[in-house]
Amino acid sequence: MAETTTHVAEPTRRDFLYIATGAAAAVGGATLVWPFIQSLAPDAATVAAGAPVEVDLAPIAPGQIVKVFWRGKLIFIRHRTPEEIKAAEDVNVASLRDPQPDSARVKEGKPQWLVVFGNCTHLGCVPLGQQGEYHGWFCPCHGSVFDTSGRVRGGPAPTNLPIPPYSFASDTKVIIGQEATA
Amino acid sequence: MMKRTLLIAAAVLGFSAPVFAAGGTAVPPQLKWSFQGPFGTFDRAQLQRGFKVYREVCASCHGLSYVTFRNLSQPGGPEFSEAQVKALAAEYKIQDGPNDAGDMFERPGRPADRFPSPFPNENAAASANGGKAPPDLSLMPKARTYERGFPWFITDVFRQYSENGADYLVALLTGYEEAPAGFQVPEGGHYNHYFPGNVIAMPKPLSDGQVEYPKNEAGQPQAPETVEQYARDVTAFLMWTAEPHLEARKRLGFQVMLFLLVLSGLLYFTKKKVWAKVGGEVEGHATPPMTHNP
Amino acid sequence: MSDHSTTYVPKSAFGKWFESRLPIAGLVHSSFIAFPVPRNLTYFWTFGAILVFMLVSQIVTGVFLAMYYTPNAALAFQSVEHIMRDVNYGWLIRYLHANGASMFFVAVYVHIFRNFYYGSYKAPREVLYILGVIIFLLMMATAFMGYVLPWGQMSFWGATVITNLFSAIPVVGETIVHYLWGGYSVGNPTLNRFFSLHYLLPFMIVGVVALHVWALHVPGQNNPTGIPIKSGKDAVPFTPYATIKDIFAVVVFMLFFAYWVFYMPNYLGHADNYIPANPAVTPSHIVPEWYFLPFYAILRAIPDKLGGVIAMGAAIVIWCFMPWLDTSKVRSTAYRPLYKQFFWIFVAVCITLGWLGSRPAEGWYVIASQICTAYYFAHFLIVLPVLGFVERPLPLPNSILESVMGVQKGGAGIPAGAASEPQTKG
Repeated sequence: MAETTTHVAEPTRRDFLYIATGAAAAVGGATLVWPFIQSLAPDAATVAAGAPVEVDLAPIAPGQIVKVFWRGKLIFIRHRTPEEIKAAEDVNVASLRDPQPDSARVKEGKPQWLVVFGNCTHLGCVPLGQQGEYHGWFCPCHGSVFDTSGRVRGGPAPTNLPIPPYSFASDTKVIIGQEATA
Repeated sequence: MMKRTLLIAAAVLGFSAPVFAAGGTAVPPQLKWSFQGPFGTFDRAQLQRGFKVYREVCASCHGLSYVTFRNLSQPGGPEFSEAQVKALAAEYKIQDGPNDAGDMFERPGRPADRFPSPFPNENAAASANGGKAPPDLSLMPKARTYERGFPWFITDVFRQYSENGADYLVALLTGYEEAPAGFQVPEGGHYNHYFPGNVIAMPKPLSDGQVEYPKNEAGQPQAPETVEQYARDVTAFLMWTAEPHLEARKRLGFQVMLFLLVLSGLLYFTKKKVWAKVGGEVEGHATPPMTHNP
Repeated sequence: MSDHSTTYVPKSAFGKWFESRLPIAGLVHSSFIAFPVPRNLTYFWTFGAILVFMLVSQIVTGVFLAMYYTPNAALAFQSVEHIMRDVNYGWLIRYLHANGASMFFVAVYVHIFRNFYYGSYKAPREVLYILGVIIFLLMMATAFMGYVLPWGQMSFWGATVITNLFSAIPVVGETIVHYLWGGYSVGNPTLNRFFSLHYLLPFMIVGVVALHVWALHVPGQNNPTGIPIKSGKDAVPFTPYATIKDIFAVVVFMLFFAYWVFYMPNYLGHADNYIPANPAVTPSHIVPEWYFLPFYAILRAIPDKLGGVIAMGAAIVIWCFMPWLDTSKVRSTAYRPLYKQFFWIFVAVCITLGWLGSRPAEGWYVIASQICTAYYFAHFLIVLPVLGFVERPLPLPNSILESVMGVQKGGAGIPAGAASEPQTKG
């Protein structure tokens, strides 16, 4: 009986050694892969360059559109005139292809500033400002029309120009890439 | 029958639809070019005239940044003499430096220099031209084309039609006209019959008599001083800047094709001889059904 | 393979000494000299050799281009123009490489459809065939990354559109795309890593090709009748018979290749790629290279982004299941009258998909793409399994030789013993 016990116990100990050795090697191998995978991620310089950008709004006159790049993507900052704001607000939201009130597309209390991504939602062309039927944007590629709120009003584009994360640091300074912390 | 007619009509409309979708632009006419076809070569006099047009008209806004002065005397191009190229290069101011004091300075150009661009960078070019930078012209005839559509894109292969870009450029340069009634040309735009979307930022660049061409013995200009001729000449010149080794390519191509034809002929008969040892080549399978199936 | 190496006997003393230490001459002899080849192979069977030639051609021209090319977003376009203008014969080497990619795909598509027609994918060649599908996938990846390198407009936007497909993956998609780009948009890190991989993958293709050829030498080649070699009379030794035929075919293919390189070098590319990449301006119409168009059409046929990506992947992965989806016992379509018709419909559908892929995704093009995509999958999932049960194949010949005798005009016949060299193959 005692003999049988030792007979069973010994292989168990040996199994444990095999498993432990194998597991250690597997963990080591997996760890070795980690730095290689991580090296593919955006590097420190890119991450730093992709940090939120501050834009001084003071020099942007009413009616002017400024183009900035954030993370390699084009962004329009538009200083809207009172007429443009009114035109954007006086729209029957239900009639829109991508229904969104103007108030949902600007920051509260700052209706004069519209910040949107600058690539057409159809195939990514760059629409031209102050053109088209609604004097918002007009895409020269396939004729999509956007209003002064960056909402699609005609042409093949499926959705409104998307809005990047941004917040106001002061009345004349906007931080693109960072939402206001509540 | 009715149904069938409708189907055909739908098919025809379907095929032509993309042409209109691309901006309602007209198809450029196909012109005769000295450099087309398997034995095409550039017309030296035409390239020299075209260079004159580029220099006197286009160069004020458009760069030619991949081309060097020395290229102008290379075989297979306009083939100006080396002395001419040297004198021409010296007329340009090239920025160099820094010198010993650490300052950038300007010096006369040398044949090895590239053509200086009219604007220091793209933003400067854009802001000086109403927001749209004039594109560099070095590669224009290869960088522009027009929709060929079915079935022409197949026949083009056999015709060796690869002058789409050149044809388009001539059409564009000569395609300025009054906008049709009801067509709203936006501010800063110009109506062009062949430009996709019909509204181009570039104002009509050429007019008759604008560039003086060299005279022949009779004291007459070597080619008519018309917009049409200017457009053809400058386009031929740009075709050369885009494809400076075109002549060498076609010449070598002919030699290679000839060699490969001879070699494949020799190999064909060698193969026949080799296979004769086993009673000749037999391929494929009997046409089924087999009759002598047991 | 080993069963043939015995036939090779080194003649010189050095040969014997060397062979006993590294039996490579015996391996070459058994695989490429004495190896029995069905005597009725058509020119469709020379595309394997043509593909090997194209692979070598691409690697050689690519290595020379890499001596002048600069994988940097600011310099790449200019370095390509430097090759085209100033490097001696640079224009030739670049046009050979750029058009070579298209020729490689021409040859591989002929090779693949030959395999479909003659049932070469069926037992016992499943592994051989799946290795081929893997080579095709590696080729697609290599070609895609190569097209990005000149850093023209189509390079940049093609890379943007294709890499963005991975963002369709739920939850981790966005992160995966950032890892692919090495940034937040296609940029310099992307170009750098694509160059690295574009240089690496062809050598991986060489490795899989070696396995593909190895797997070919176990069952031997299929042939137009689809029935195996039954006696020595059905076969001829690889050298000189198949070798000379392959060389002849390669040279004829070079003629075809040269026509494009010397007379239409830019026809198969896009004009937009002679405009330097510009992230602020998109080409009005982004299209991939012609050899990707059928798959691109399948991608766009599905209105849902993730669904489109899955369909595109499935369009190739489904090939791997063909040996089991096809229930017919008969290999060669020559003896399958019903399948023959479906085969040509399938070819027409693939070509139509290619054409639709080049069209803008609007109007009836989308509907046509959807119909063709549905048929594409139906061919594999319905036609192939059902036809095996429904179809009555024509009677098969007893042997390759018997079939061939019927083909030969005048019935000259095969001299007895002329084909006696090769061994019997099952």
